[in-house]
Amino acid sequence: MSKSINIIKGTAVPLAMENVDTDQIIPARFLKSTSREGFGKNLFRDWRYNNDNEAEPKKDFILNNPSFIGKILVAGKNFGCGSSREHAAWAIKDYGFDVVVSSFYADIFRNNALNNFLLPVQVSDSFLKKIFAAVQADASTEIEVNVEEQTIKLLATGEEENFDINPYKKTCLLNGYDDIDYLLSLKGKIETFETSGQEDADHLFDAEYKLISKERSNPNGNVYKPVY
Amino acid sequence: MGKTLFDKIWYKHVVEEVQAGPSALYIDKHFIHEVTSPQAFGGLKKRGLKVFRPKQVVATADHNVPTLNQHLPIKEILSRQQVEQLHENCAENDIELYGLGHPYQGIVHVIGPELGITQPGMTIVCGDSHTSTHGAFGAIAFGIGTSEVEMVLATQCVLQSKPKLMRINVEGELKRGVVSKDIILFIISTISSSGATGYFVEFAGSAIRNLSMEARMTICNMSIEMGARGGMIAPDETTFEYLKGREFAPKGQAWNDAVAQWKTLFSDEDAVFDKEIFIEAADIEPMITYGTNPGMGISVNGTVPLSSTLEEKDRASYLKALEYMGLEPGAAITGKKIDYVFIGSCTNSRIEDLRLVASVVKGKKKADDVHVWVVPGSKQVEKQAIEEGIDKIFEAAGFELRQPGCSACLAMNEDKIPAGKYCISTSNRNFEGRQGPNARTFLVSPLTAAAAAITGRVTDVRRFLAESTESAENLM
Ligand code: SF4
Repeated sequence: MSKSINIIKGTAVPLAMENVDTDQIIPARFLKSTSREGFGKNLFRDWRYNNDNEAEPKKDFILNNPSFIGKILVAGKNFGCGSSREHAAWAIKDYGFDVVVSSFYADIFRNNALNNFLLPVQVSDSFLKKIFAAVQADASTEIEVNVEEQTIKLLATGEEENFDINPYKKTCLLNGYDDIDYLLSLKGKIETFETSGQEDADHLFDAEYKLISKERSNPNGNVYKPVY
Repeated sequence: MGKTLFDKIWYKHVVEEVQAGPSALYIDKHFIHEVTSPQAFGGLKKRGLKVFRPKQVVATADHNVPTLNQHLPIKEILSRQQVEQLHENCAENDIELYGLGHPYQGIVHVIGPELGITQPGMTIVCGDSHTSTHGAFGAIAFGIGTSEVEMVLATQCVLQSKPKLMRINVEGELKRGVVSKDIILFIISTISSSGATGYFVEFAGSAIRNLSMEARMTICNMSIEMGARGGMIAPDETTFEYLKGREFAPKGQAWNDAVAQWKTLFSDEDAVFDKEIFIEAADIEPMITYGTNPGMGISVNGTVPLSSTLEEKDRASYLKALEYMGLEPGAAITGKKIDYVFIGSCTNSRIEDLRLVASVVKGKKKADDVHVWVVPGSKQVEKQAIEEGIDKIFEAAGFELRQPGCSACLAMNEDKIPAGKYCISTSNRNFEGRQGPNARTFLVSPLTAAAAAITGRVTDVRRFLAESTESAENLM
């Protein structure tokens, strides 16, 4: 697994589907391995092959279209929902992708991806549309993703958008740090916490509330009615 | 300002706040199973580390185990190796393992609560998205990936950003024949399968308060199906009553102290949520999904939506889902022929779920052309079902009672629904291929599954409740 990423430039594979769940990314029957390697060959297995047979590729599935290759996977919103299986991130990375672009990610998938130096870039719906249109019209369309600058750019037109990334995670990605190293460096604090606990957590509450109370709204909320 | 239930627990567990980053959150209990842990142990070994707090880890084998002949060695080689690997890892690291054959073995989210390991106020993680189940006890419980499993094994902490908070209030009385599975399917169909992504959800309101612990677990279990990081319900007398006397629940004075502390766990009256939703319990019907994500749900008496009622951008995936399911827009769902009934999974395989099913099928037989699999959530549930004679009711009905495990919920073992067949299922996911390549899934409550078992078709269970002498109402 390549550690540390910053600039990724190249062509993309457009998977024009929404709500791609991790059961599709890697079906459960391939989770029997006890290593992290080799999941790429079963990526999107049931969308890729008929009758679970590698000799019968589904012609209209995008990974089977030789025109589209690249390190960037572009997909519809709510990518990676469902099961927490990290095997999904491993499979995408192992297949050869370094970046996924979508307008919305499921929370667990996002964490799993970042922990494997697979970058989940979240763009607006409209920019996603633009990317799909450009890539579908011309498979050689190049995209550049820059972690340092937090930008994603269509190189041909220069159109670009900024994306969010947690500053801590950004440092990790750029430097190849991982969360476990960081947590291990806290061992002393963790042991102290275990004996004395966070008995008086009030200072933490206050700090947080001052920060976010302004953003909080909508005390009346929404009333939902059925649409049977 | 008041504090939310979530915040009260979260801040008590923050060891360190990373600047402009996530928090290092201390984890009280860590459940592991055979499928998402081997690579984590592998990583630990590579770093030359041992498990930091083995006493706070509990293991079971559930995802990949056969549900027949569990006393024999596992036939399938890869599955056997994975389960053996778990045994080795647990032995090497001094971790309590409830493996195959152990009287406590079962689906990880069923055994935690029933053994009293899951308690209010705790932080709980597991390499499985349905860890949200444990939130029913007023705990912060969420699923994690394997790298995070490794983090927790190494440090008993996980790095997490604090989610936004949502409260979903369900008020009033439920209709007859409507149970907690219908509540959660209704909620997901209303806010969509990504409607709570980025949020942790507290379920509240009189309809939730009136639910049993088992029913509350069903609701929290499926929080992840609307994208939520987790779901939770404030602990109350129902919670304490459930926990009292369980194997690992505190005893004696420790119990009194614990309850006193647990009673402080609720959202203060003036606590503010980032989002709040209100639902009338009386609006909820027995529910069923028609599509390929859990948000595609309708009343069992409803019709598959017409694509004209959907937003333009949602139509393509909607039509793809219908094609997969072999359903027509506008079609009624009642009366649809089914081939399999699966009663199981961490959503609905507890003793109360089996009782609900038994209350409907008692004295009746399954339809000739359906296969009915009942897979209890744990050895304890299996044992209790036998003690209560529920196994006899199922046997007389022609159901197949199997041994505990995840089974056809994710079809990792041989319990697969054949391609093209329809399965009405009490599990939680109707994704393409979830129950086997090209299998088609309708998600329903245990009551609705029971009705379908009898008729071989999608059926409104209230038909049977009316003629049944035994009311299922007091079982909800
Ligand atoms: S029963 Fe299904 S959802 Fe629950 S833990 Fe097992 S596989 Fe996951």
